[in-house]
Amino acid sequence: MEVPILKQGRFLIATIQAALSDADLLHLRRALIDKVIQFRSQGVIVDVTALDVMDSFATRTIRDITNMIRLRGADTVIVGIQPEVAFAMVQLGLTMEGVATALDLEEGLAHLQQRATGKT
Amino acid sequence: MPVLHDILVAIRSDADIVSARQQGRSLAATIGFTATDATLIATAISELARNIVLYAGQGEVMMQGVETAQGKGIVICARDKGPGIRSIDDVLRDGYSTSGGLGLGLPGVRRLMDEFAIESELRQGTVVTVRKWLK
Repeated sequence: MEVPILKQGRFLIATIQAALSDADLLHLRRALIDKVIQFRSQGVIVDVTALDVMDSFATRTIRDITNMIRLRGADTVIVGIQPEVAFAMVQLGLTMEGVATALDLEEGLAHLQQRATGKT
Repeated sequence: MPVLHDILVAIRSDADIVSARQQGRSLAATIGFTATDATLIATAISELARNIVLYAGQGEVMMQGVETAQGKGIVICARDKGPGIRSIDDVLRDGYSTSGGLGLGLPGVRRLMDEFAIESELRQGTVVTVRKWLK
């Protein structure tokens, strides 16, 4: 299951469209890092609205993506974590420390724009 | 204990993890669990199935809808013939991991479900059984 990555000016938007296997998540990690380098992107949004479950592997991979992209000087925002998925994550003991989250795509973009303005 | 539904999913690769948790979610919905509880159940199945792939290579996840004097519920049993667990106390402690993971797998699964049991024998395999009851 390939995750489409759209270039929107200085930002990239990756929209997960169905449940992802571990291999799909690792593929997404690789593809996002490559594209951040290729386009010199300043920010990345990962839309997880359609993700059925955020278990320990998915959470760890998303934290890794955020950390790797941060080393390139860019910001990542995770948007669209569903209420029941958030509830399960907390019960499981998973946190997204150090990872910016926003309600939806619009708020995620607003966050990135604010960060980009702050830097210049 | 009357069994209403019975699903067996063979676990051999990470794609089977997704298949197991999706079948578990739809079984949970059939039994009457809320969307939130179905997600908790699907998350628990995902962790259990991943343990099988990670530590044993292959195994199976059995899921049953049951009805007892306590009411309706779901029973999930994750079985493998892998290396087994040396210290069950260790794997039930938050933060313990031999795989470089977050070490939240089994203690996390225990928190997601109502009942949790584990049996393991070195070089024989591991069986984790969890249950959740409809409230």
